[in-house]
This record gives sequence, structure tokens and C-alpha cells, in this order.
Amino acid sequence: MALTHHQYSPPKLPRIVLTGIGLTSPNGNDLATHRAALLNKQSGVQDYEIRYVGKTLAGICDYDALKYQNRREVRRGTRAGSVAIYSCNEAVVNSQIDWENMDKSRVGIYLGVTEHGNVETENEVYELSQFDYDVSVWNHFHNPRTVANNPAGEAALNMGITGPHYTLGAACAAGNNGLIQGAQMLQLGQCDLALAGGVSESIHTFGIFASFKSQGALAEHSDPVKASRPFDVDRNGIVVSEGGCVYTLERLDDALARGAHIYGELVGHSINTDATDFVLPNPERQSQCINIALKMAGITPADVDILSTHATGTLSGDIQEVSALRKVFDANCKVSINNTKSFIGHCMGAAGALELAGNLGSFEDNICHPTINVDTLDEECAIPGLVLNDAKQLENVEYIVNNSFGMLGINSTVVIRKYSS
Amino acid sequence: MTPAEIRAAIIEILETIAPDEDLSNLDDAKEFRDQMELDSMDFLDIVMELRKRYRVQVPEEDYANLVSMQSTVSYLEPKMADLPAE
Repeated sequence: MALTHHQYSPPKLPRIVLTGIGLTSPNGNDLATHRAALLNKQSGVQDYEIRYVGKTLAGICDYDALKYQNRREVRRGTRAGSVAIYSCNEAVVNSQIDWENMDKSRVGIYLGVTEHGNVETENEVYELSQFDYDVSVWNHFHNPRTVANNPAGEAALNMGITGPHYTLGAACAAGNNGLIQGAQMLQLGQCDLALAGGVSESIHTFGIFASFKSQGALAEHSDPVKASRPFDVDRNGIVVSEGGCVYTLERLDDALARGAHIYGELVGHSINTDATDFVLPNPERQSQCINIALKMAGITPADVDILSTHATGTLSGDIQEVSALRKVFDANCKVSINNTKSFIGHCMGAAGALELAGNLGSFEDNICHPTINVDTLDEECAIPGLVLNDAKQLENVEYIVNNSFGMLGINSTVVIRKYSS
Repeated sequence: MTPAEIRAAIIEILETIAPDEDLSNLDDAKEFRDQMELDSMDFLDIVMELRKRYRVQVPEEDYANLVSMQSTVSYLEPKMADLPAE
């Protein structure tokens, strides 16, 4: 008889902790600024215009690309590569690890992306159209820019990292998946330091806007900062954003040995698949995903303090996720539920990692940031614990659960525990 | 285009390809590589920009002519002489 997931007990694995964070988000280019913006209700969504689609909205990052690259490198590489380079370098600096003396062959990079290559391909085809489709003007950088490992590969090149580098395609679940992959590689002993998270350059491809528009899922609002409104009855779709968020992950013993600051411990995670539809979510599978992660963490739903939702502001998606949450959390649970996309839009491949980062501050201040822009809560999204419009002071935050779901039915959940010695 | 105009066109291309370089003191007789950071992909970029901007084709066997400003201008002169100045 085949061995099932439930019958197999893995060996005791090393504990994995988060020791550094580098990020760029539409409302901040470091963790402190991003967290403060979430507590001060600052959005990062702006008016935006892109080829063929015209005027729309987007979350745009304004990090200093020249902090870790020269202008030639920025020109040569991709936006996702640049976001990755900024986020990875910032994470290393933030971790205060002795980077100079670190064995770079023992460093691995694991970055999730929703998609990659569309930006370059669209730009090249447009350029080609200006030359009557003469392919002799097709850019020789097309291949190195569009290979699927590009963002992680560019970061490795920039930082002299010679360990493994993975770019993981996982639609909008990708940020969590990068984190999970990094943790697993540390547990397997494949690296001693993992740079793990997700990146997105998606606002530079018109196709993503046009496709959401055709699907009836692109947000529109006269006021950009009110456009991303998960759970609100007047929500009308997704605000596409760019961003990046990378963690330095280490085995607990290594982190303790160097006296690292520990943001939290990754105690549970899960990735599963709906196998039911191209784009429509499946609440049954989403709730299973959450439950598997909680089980791995050795906790019950009643132990969860904050749940960071994936909800993107689409009519059906938000309802489906709340439906999944209802299957997991009952009325006795203390969980506070929030949403980061209401501030910064949907950072695609970076979303999972970024949305977790913005919540980690609650381990120290016990404040749960809200979901903003909920003027009228959609009754179908009403669930106990929703923190709406104003931040909520909690007594103590021990466990944060972070959901991130994506097309083709990929679901991911991570559970982070406050670290205490 | 005169040799001086061709030189100005090359400088413009180099400014795009190598935006971090100071080209004001470029020695036309010296190889580009000895004065600035240029790799093989950058040389391909020069060839591509010539093709895009001036419709000038530089076949692979002629790439060696692009080592310095002087050799580049001499090589391009017959190919670009009939082009109007920009």
C-alpha cells in the first residue's frame, strides 16, 4: 500500500528562524517604514499608465536601485532582478551577518515569482514592431533576461553567491513558497544561509493588467488609495503592484551562535493544490492548506493570534477565502484577521513574503494592523476577528499565520512563532 | 556623415551602453577595453545600436574593427558617409 502524507512522520528537523529582512514595497523601502505605513494607514497605490492599456492604477516602488548596482547593471538586467538585488542585499545588511567572511558557496537564494519574462518579451516585440518585424534587431539580452531563474540568478551574480539559486514560479503564492523552499534547503544542509522570499516586476507588463481587465478583475477607483478594498462591498478587483521581500533564514543553532536578532521562527508551512479550476479558488483546499500548516506547527486554530489574508479585492476570491477561514476558525477562536493588499495592492510574487513582513512587528508591539478601505463590509465576507480600518491592540501575539494563494490552484500557508529562548 | 559626426554618434551609443563611464577623456587611439569596462555583450550592443539607429550592418568577421574609436570611425566611414547628419 502506498504511504500517505498522514502516515509518514519526518525525522526531527532543525528549527529555522528569520534573522534579517530586506524589502521594497509601494509604501516603504525598509521594514520599519513599511510597518509604520501600515499602522498609519498609508497606501502606496498611485495613478499609472502603461502601453495599450492606458490609464490605470498600480503600486509603484521607489527604492534606490543604484544602492547596490551601477547604472550599466540596472540597464542590462531586469526590473525583477533589480528588486531582487536590492531586497537580498538589504536582508543581508539587516541580518548583521559577517558577510565579508561568509562562505558564499554555502549561501542559497530562493525567490518566488508570479511570472517572469513577460516584461522583456512585450518590450522586445514592441521594439520589433518599430522595425517592421526585422528580427535582426531582437535584443541579444532577451535570453538571459527571460530565463526563468533570472531574478535569483541576477542577485547571485551581484553578490558573488555560488550556492544554489532557485526562482520558483508559484503564481501569487510565490512569496510564501520561496520562504518554504529556503527553510527546506537549510534543513537538508544544502546551505547555511538562505535568502528567501519573493519579487515582482509585474506592473511593467501590460498583459497582466489587460488580462485582469478582460477577466473583470482589475480595480478601478477615482481615488487611487481607495482602489484596493478587500472585503468591502464596493470592491471591484485587483490593484497590480511591484515589490520585493527577502528574508535571511538560518538554522536556529547558527543564529544563536552568532547572536543574531530573531524576528520569528518558521514553525509550520504547507503548499497544496486545488486541482479544480484555472483561476477560481477552492475554499476546501485552502482550509486544508491552513490546517496542514497548523498541524505541522503543533497548534490548533485557537492558538492563532493574527491571520494575514491573501484576499485581493475580487468579488468571488475574497468570499472564497473567508469561506475557507470559516471552516478553520470557530467562534471560540481569538484570531485577528487583516489584509495588507488594502494598502499596497497586490505585489504578486512578493505578496506572501511582504504581507508577512508587515505583520512581524506585532511580535514586539502586539498591534494588529487593519484592513483599510472597508467602508461597508460585504456580509458575505463578515467573519469574527476582522480588524477593519483601525489597528487593534492585542494582549500578546505568539503566532502569525500568513496565507498566499495563486492561479492554477496553488495555496500556501506559513506559521511564524514569536521567538523566545 | 562626416568622421566627426560618426564619432559623435558612437559616443552617444557608448553613453547609452555604459552610462557609468566618463567619456570626456576618451583616447581615440587606445582600445575601448583599456579605458572602460566593456564586455562581449556590450560590443554586441554597439553593433545592435548601429543597426537600429543607422541601419548599418557589421558582420561578425568585422567585429575586430570596433576595438578603438579611431578604428571604429575608419571602419564605419564608408558605410555611413552617405547618411545625413542628425
